[in-house]
Amino acid sequence: MDFLHSILIKPFADMVAAPDFLMQVLWEGLVSGVLYALIALGFVLIYKSSRIFNFAQGIMVVFAALTLVGLHEKGVHALLAVPLTLLVMLMLAVAIERVVLRPLVNQPDIILFMATIGITLFLIGFGELIFGGENKVMITEQLLIPTGSYTFEPFGGFLLIEQKDLTAVIGAIALVLILLLFLNRSKMGRAIRALGDDHQAALSVGISLSTIWVLVWFIAGVIALATGIVWGARAGVSFALDVIAYKALPVLMLGGLESVTGAIVGGLAIGILEKLFELYWGQPLLGGNTETWFAFVFALVILLFRPQGLFGEKIIERI
Amino acid sequence: MLYRIAGQFKTNYRADHALFPVRQDAVLLAVILICALVVFPLTASEFTFQALLIPVLIYSLAALGLNILTGYAGQLSLGTGAFMGVGAYACYKLITIFPEMNLLVAIGLSGFFSAAVGMAFGLPSLRIKGFYLAIATLAAQFFLVWLFEKWAWLYNYNASGAIQVPTIDMFGIRVAGPTASSIVQYYFVLLVVGLMTFFAINITRGHIGRSWKAVRDMDIAAELVGINLLRSKLIAFGVSSYIVGVSGALFVFMWRGAAEPNLFDIPLSFRVLFIAIIGGLGSVMGNYLGAILIVALPVVLNIVPEALGLDINAATLEHLNIMIIGALIVTVLIVEPHGLARFWAIIREKLIIWPFPH
Repeated sequence: MDFLHSILIKPFADMVAAPDFLMQVLWEGLVSGVLYALIALGFVLIYKSSRIFNFAQGIMVVFAALTLVGLHEKGVHALLAVPLTLLVMLMLAVAIERVVLRPLVNQPDIILFMATIGITLFLIGFGELIFGGENKVMITEQLLIPTGSYTFEPFGGFLLIEQKDLTAVIGAIALVLILLLFLNRSKMGRAIRALGDDHQAALSVGISLSTIWVLVWFIAGVIALATGIVWGARAGVSFALDVIAYKALPVLMLGGLESVTGAIVGGLAIGILEKLFELYWGQPLLGGNTETWFAFVFALVILLFRPQGLFGEKIIERI
Repeated sequence: MLYRIAGQFKTNYRADHALFPVRQDAVLLAVILICALVVFPLTASEFTFQALLIPVLIYSLAALGLNILTGYAGQLSLGTGAFMGVGAYACYKLITIFPEMNLLVAIGLSGFFSAAVGMAFGLPSLRIKGFYLAIATLAAQFFLVWLFEKWAWLYNYNASGAIQVPTIDMFGIRVAGPTASSIVQYYFVLLVVGLMTFFAINITRGHIGRSWKAVRDMDIAAELVGINLLRSKLIAFGVSSYIVGVSGALFVFMWRGAAEPNLFDIPLSFRVLFIAIIGGLGSVMGNYLGAILIVALPVVLNIVPEALGLDINAATLEHLNIMIIGALIVTVLIVEPHGLARFWAIIREKLIIWPFPH
């Protein structure tokens, strides 16, 4: 009885007893959820247009952030370093398309997946070689991101919201809106979606595969830079950040590999639920640090009921 | 010329389906075995044993286990490291609870624990397919490593949170622990790996192996011709995790000597996956070729700059190493997506028809 009570009743009683703490937890969860969603969005774009399960997305986040900080350290003005980093990401996209993807067209999925793991390792080695392996501080102030914080007192409690987190959330929403507008309204965006729907048909109406692939990888690079700035402002920039790349995997699977909506909903859901689980169940009952596996187990349970994820395309199998 | 198969007539079905239908293959294996059993142990230094021979054997065994699941049965797994951990922790618990137990028996039994865990995490494979299945094995990976850290019973409540291999004697010879000699450990590993390989070759070319291949190529079609998918996939998860578990026990008991939970973290899983992919999915021999490449590369990279008189510091070398492995994976995939085993198959074909082009 005690056991059931501690699982089923006590956590909820705690939530009601300290609503300000609950709100703080929800806010923290929301912010990390936004970041997961951003990384998952990069994955989804590439998967939709090329059926490549891009494992390197997480490392592209670190690489973009490192390039930005590295350029600033070399004396480039912060606001000039951003377009320069974007240029580097564009070059990276072109290089990946030329060197890796083009020779591997039409290979089985797992081979392409492995190739992106190869890219991941290469980028880790390359990045550490150039920028060094130590932890760096994100140039938050130089990028004109406010660093103060607001405090609220709901229900007579205490709630702290950092301005950089708020900026991150607003920035992410803006980025997603621009992206959706681009995908749905522009010619290039329509070409990307066409390629996702049917490769052969898209090719036959004159959509260039290699241009679109470069474009998609570049957009993934832009998203990576945005994610890198935000996450770097919270936790510093180093290759330890690649753990968030693994976090994006359950987000993707939960939302469905092809769905932009799925990536956003999945990211927010996992961000919030893993914080709640850690604080109300994990730490009191399981010894803490459950954030390492909660997202995976949660996604696994959901997948048992919906094998294509919450918003994924229904898998139709034919002989 | 060297590889002439003309004149080797098969007069019955048994002979045609022998393990080595071509005599030259058997000769080649004999040469490799003589090298492994006599030449290497006589010539190898302590460093060679610890940095090359033993890890190559252990890693190729782990890759063999993964290859059965991914290469033969077509189920992508990213949790190999954790299943190795299950084998290692099970073996540690068996040895500490029953100190009298023969180490060979303990290692053999520890594989069953990881097989059970592997089958449990393999259950979703019936509903979840392709990349979505990777989530099941990733869940295993992160959950199990967390468990190794939090469940103090597993490491006997010691303060460091790591498992330490005790000194173990077998038939009066010291086989494990800090004072065991490398040559004994090498023979021990070689024996286990040899047995496992023999078992794996025979299971993959028999009835079960054929059903795995059918499931891999198209599972609905396999179901229609009467293969029980659940049974076939679960056997694949079980056999694969058994072999991986045994390799994990060897990994800690015969090579590392001690292990912390994070040793079994995801980099280990990926390392084993690289070996299987570079070696060639769906082949037994490929695992050995892949393991030789992946294990030897860092060693060679450490030696080359010294030999050339270049002064590169250790950190740079480490980064270069990662970079080269990444580039190597991409290159191998582009040049030959079927891995090193396919290279050998091509060479063999060329040798058979040599000196003629066709």
